[in-house]
Amino acid sequence: MATKKEPAKSNVSKDELLHYYREMLQIRRFEEKAGQLYGMGLIGGFCHLYIGQEAVVVGLEACTKEGDKRLTSYRDHGHMLACGMDPKGVMAELTGRSGGYSKGKGGSMHMFSKAKHFYGGHGIVAAQVPLGAGLAFADKYLGNDNVTFTYFGDGAANQGQVYEAYNMAELWNLPVVFVIENNQYAMGTSVKRSTKSGTFYGRGLAYGIKGEAVDGMDVLAVKAAGEKAVAVCRAGEGPYILEMMTYRYRGHSMSDPAKYRTREEVEKIKTEKDAIEHVRDLLVNAGLASDEELKAIDKEIKDVVNASAEFAKESPEPDLSELWTDIYA
Amino acid sequence: MAVEILMPALSPTMEEGTLAKWLVKVGDRVKSGQILAEIETDKATMEFEAVDEGIVGKLLVAEGTAGVKVNAPIAVLVEEGESADAAPAPVKAAVAAAVVAPVAAVAAMAAVVSKASADWPADTKMKTMTVREALREAMAEEMRADPTVMLMGEEVGEYQGAYKISQGLLDEFGPKRVVDTPITEHGFTGIAVGASWGGLRPIVEFMTFNFAMQAIDQIINSAAKTNYMSGGQMGAPMVFRGANGAAARVGAQHSQDYAAWYSAIPGLKVVMPYSAADAKGLLKTAIRDNNPVIFLENEIMYGHSFEVPDLPDFTIPFGKARIWREGSDVTIVSFGIGMRYSLEAAELLAKDGISAEVIDLRTLRPLDYDTVLASVMKTNRCVTVEEGFPVGSIGSYLGSVIMQRIFDHLDAPVISCTGKDVPMPYAANLEKHALLTTAEVVAAVKSVCYR
Repeated sequence: MATKKEPAKSNVSKDELLHYYREMLQIRRFEEKAGQLYGMGLIGGFCHLYIGQEAVVVGLEACTKEGDKRLTSYRDHGHMLACGMDPKGVMAELTGRSGGYSKGKGGSMHMFSKAKHFYGGHGIVAAQVPLGAGLAFADKYLGNDNVTFTYFGDGAANQGQVYEAYNMAELWNLPVVFVIENNQYAMGTSVKRSTKSGTFYGRGLAYGIKGEAVDGMDVLAVKAAGEKAVAVCRAGEGPYILEMMTYRYRGHSMSDPAKYRTREEVEKIKTEKDAIEHVRDLLVNAGLASDEELKAIDKEIKDVVNASAEFAKESPEPDLSELWTDIYA
Repeated sequence: MAVEILMPALSPTMEEGTLAKWLVKVGDRVKSGQILAEIETDKATMEFEAVDEGIVGKLLVAEGTAGVKVNAPIAVLVEEGESADAAPAPVKAAVAAAVVAPVAAVAAMAAVVSKASADWPADTKMKTMTVREALREAMAEEMRADPTVMLMGEEVGEYQGAYKISQGLLDEFGPKRVVDTPITEHGFTGIAVGASWGGLRPIVEFMTFNFAMQAIDQIINSAAKTNYMSGGQMGAPMVFRGANGAAARVGAQHSQDYAAWYSAIPGLKVVMPYSAADAKGLLKTAIRDNNPVIFLENEIMYGHSFEVPDLPDFTIPFGKARIWREGSDVTIVSFGIGMRYSLEAAELLAKDGISAEVIDLRTLRPLDYDTVLASVMKTNRCVTVEEGFPVGSIGSYLGSVIMQRIFDHLDAPVISCTGKDVPMPYAANLEKHALLTTAEVVAAVKSVCYR
């Protein structure tokens, strides 16, 4: 990744930049809080934080319209917040409470909101890839112009079912954007240690799928690439692959000692490429927002996140009768 | 010397076929490899080639003849100047006919019992159809009624179905609703589950359930569990159907009964019909169900005929077993092809003065415990019959339920008759021993009756 450069004055509006800033910051603060609650024993099991990758989902959500669908892996909190799900409901699911999106029965990795067209939250690496193609299959069958965003990581990108899904998605021209969040590490295995392919999006070319690599730390670049991909899909010429070059600051999960990379490597990215700092710089350098204005937003977000944590602590555990409900529709 | 040309077996389970067309006539000189005839099986119409060279001396079976048994002589090839009458007598044909006779007898018996079912009014007009036709009718009727119902799988469309279940559906419903997939079970199963979340009611045809092993993660982790994990927001209204269990001589990887596997999973419903009426009525119910339904068919049963009610919209509810035969001495509980052995056994036992009640579970999840327990409380003895492996079988679980709930009513231990605890062997004699037999069911019943 390139060294940090003085951001050029962009032609993006203040409102748009503030929106990105707010959305990305909310994800980061939320995840920090989730990490804290995990440390306190309020969140159990697996908990995979999205810190560092915020620009990917925020930039792509800016390309969506009502009816579009999204689904991802177990690193899913950011995607839920970005598509407008209530932080309280997400945090309460993390603590396994009745106020959670799945009434406490799904947990961090398995959350859904049909109302917000968020189709999970999938704990099996790459399972969501054919599932996302299937959602797109339904939209095409039903004759609407909705697009499904199917997110998966560089680790999932080596699973066989991804390529089965690619083949059929292109064969049937399904309106699906495959978003590879290449954060360089599949748990502890770096991309270099898992494949000799140069790129992941390039593998789609073998199936006839259009695609490109994108600077996933730059929300504006993400948005621009997303617009292109969505237009292709809405025109009935999908699918499209976006390989987002990004980075996760935290471990794979909470129990990851991160011995597979150096502290210096992480610090370098944080200093030179941080997505939130990038937008902050754009706002401040162009004189679009003052420090005070941004501080007010910081405070607002802190309050929202704290309220979600309070809700997640206060919300009661699910009634024992819930053990036996929802097994069948 | 004259050579007999015999009716060929053109699929692992073929017992007979139709001689659709002769492409040679008496007096023609044929070469090896030349196409002699078109033969229609219940799966496809196939060309039949000559192996030997010679002159067609006689055509023994007329064009258009149906029900020609495998190995029956259909023509005689002679050498120059030789008489066609020199051919040996058709001994093999008689043997082949004798082998398949018991199956026909069971089917005929089934037809009689079917009329007495509580699933339709007693005066209902009935029609005879095969299990294959019943499955096809169920899908066609539901696809006509609901535009979100669609079929996907390998060879379901242009090929008209590997086992001809979907024959004609592409013509009626078009490629949008009858979707041929590449051979990628894992991928297309995931796509179908996603499509069910997106508002469709997909029917996934697995050419056989052996291939569904490639897709079992999507069936269980994605289809079965998501309604629960989403707190009731996202069920998967879909059907996974296809041939299950052993066909004939296809070896270990293509001969497994998955009834117990899928029945172990909360969130799935599991159906395994025996008769054509149940196949039709239960498949229609499965397609309308808002949950993922595993619908286990059997290749050997596809061609068997039963009486089916001639009603415009006939369904069978899940969770209701059917008593095929009432009896007082012992309860035989079975499902799917196991019913064949069970009904045969009951017939033989009756001759020995043992009155067996035969119950077809029909759906394994939900399972109709009430009917089974009530019957065992009456007969005080129970034998379960299934084709699958013994360890963790449906029968072993039923036995434990019976023991826990009505132990004092039992006069003998519950015996589970299953397939043997071995991968399916290929050799004909070994395969026969690996499979469940009617004789084993008879022996188990006699054992619990202390006879």
